[in-house]
Amino acid sequence: MEQDKKPVKEFVVSAIENGTVIDHIPAQSVFQVIHILNLDKYGNQILFGTNLDSNKYGKKGIIKVTNKYFKPVEINKIALVAPTATLIIIKDFRVIEKKKVEIPDTIETYVQCVNPNCITNHEDVPTKFKVLDKVDSRLKCTYCEKITEKKNMTFR
Amino acid sequence: MRSENYKQIQTMKNRSLISIDDFTKEEYFSVLDAAEQFERKPVQNILDGKVIATLFFEPSTRTRLSFESAVNYLGGKVIGFSDASSSSVKKGESLKDTILTVCNYSDLIVLRHPREGSARYASEVGTVPIVNAGDGANQHPTQCLLDLYSIRKTQGKLDNLDIAFVGDLKYGRTVHSLVIAMTNFNCRFHLVSPPELKLPSSVKMHIKEKNLEYYQYTDLSEVIPMADIIYMTRIQRERFSDPIDYEKVKNAYILNRGLLTNTKTNMKILHPLPRVNEINEDVDDLPQAYYFQQALNGLYVRQAILKLILGL
Repeated sequence: MEQDKKPVKEFVVSAIENGTVIDHIPAQSVFQVIHILNLDKYGNQILFGTNLDSNKYGKKGIIKVTNKYFKPVEINKIALVAPTATLIIIKDFRVIEKKKVEIPDTIETYVQCVNPNCITNHEDVPTKFKVLDKVDSRLKCTYCEKITEKKNMTFR
Repeated sequence: MRSENYKQIQTMKNRSLISIDDFTKEEYFSVLDAAEQFERKPVQNILDGKVIATLFFEPSTRTRLSFESAVNYLGGKVIGFSDASSSSVKKGESLKDTILTVCNYSDLIVLRHPREGSARYASEVGTVPIVNAGDGANQHPTQCLLDLYSIRKTQGKLDNLDIAFVGDLKYGRTVHSLVIAMTNFNCRFHLVSPPELKLPSSVKMHIKEKNLEYYQYTDLSEVIPMADIIYMTRIQRERFSDPIDYEKVKNAYILNRGLLTNTKTNMKILHPLPRVNEINEDVDDLPQAYYFQQALNGLYVRQAILKLILGL
C-alpha cells in the first residue's frame, strides 16, 4: 500500500535537533539580536536568515541556536529589540514550547542609560527603567528621568 | 486654594524629596501652608538637637545659603561642604560611600550633585531622607516649590493664571519643573524663546495631557500686557553651536523699564537667579520686580520642607 504523501515543508533555514528558534524577528533587527545575545561568540552551530517572506510581517528574520535555552534576562533583551519575536524550544527535532517574548514593566541592570551624564554611567550603579511604551521600547530611567529609545539602546 | 485651617499632613515624614512628580497637589499645598507659618515666624527652635548635612558638589549661592539659614533659624546645626574638593571625593570616594558615611552623622542630607539621578540614587542607598538641591540638569524641586509659593503669594491663587516663561526654555530645569507643577492648575502658558531654545516636546506633553492652552512666541513684548507672572531665565552662550546664532538672540529678551509700561496691576516678575543681563537693573525698584523677594521665600519654603520631612 502506498503511504500517504504529505507535502514536505521546505525549510529555508535547516531544522535543528536541540536548541531554540527565535522566529518572527523584524528583518532589520536580526543582527542586533545576535549581538545582544553574544551569539557571535557562541561555539555551537547557529543558523540564521533574514528578509524571509512572512505572511504576518511581510519580511522577517529567524535565528536557530543549537543546544541553547535562553534565560529570562536574555529573553527580556530579545523583547526590547524584537518585540514581535517568538521563541520555539526544540528537543529531538520536536517543538516542546512556543512563546511570544514580552517586555516587562520594569527593566533592571542590562540596558545602559542613553544620558551620558546619568549617575549610572559614572558610578557602579545598576540601571533601572520604567517601560513607557512596550511597542516602541521607550524606557524612562528611574535615576535621571531621561528616555532611552530602541534606536539608541545599548546593553551592559 | 489657601487652606483656611492649616493642618500639617504626615505623608512627607521621613520621605526623600527628589522630583516634583513624587508629590501630590495636597503635599505641595502642605509645604506652601507651612512656609506661610514660617514667614510669619521664621525663628523657631524646632530643630534643636538635629544635624542637617549640606553636601554641595557644585557651586550654589541661594540654595545652599537658604538651607543653612533655614536650619540656623530653626535651632539646628549644619555640617557639610560647599566644594567637593575639600572632601574625600577628591581621593576618589564614591557617592554611595560619601552618603553612607554622612548618614551616620546627620538626620537629613541636602544634596547638590552634577550627575543626573544622583539624588535618587542617594535616597536608595542612604538611611536618612535626602533633599535634592539640584542633580545636573534634571530636577530642583525646592526651587519649584518656592516658585509656587511666590506665585500663590503674589496672585492669591495658583489657578486660572497667564504665566509667561521667557528665555532658555529648552535647557532650564526650573522652567521644566514649574511648567509640570503648574499643569495641576488651570493655567495658560505663554512660551517666549528663540526657535533654538523652545520648550521640549516631552514637557509640552504634560500641558497637552491636561488639555491646557499654551502659546509660543519669539517676541517678548507681545506677552507683557497679558501676563500675571513673567518667569525670566538666562540665555546661556554655551548652548549655541553657532556663535552667530547666539549673537542674534542674546539681547532679544532683556526686560527693561521701558517694556513694562503696560502691565496688569497684579503682574510680578520672577527669576530663579542668578541673572546676567536679562533683567535690566532699572527694573529692580519697580513694583513688578519680585525676584529678590522670591529668593527670600526660598528660606521659608526650605524651613517648611525640613519640618515636614522630619515630622516635627
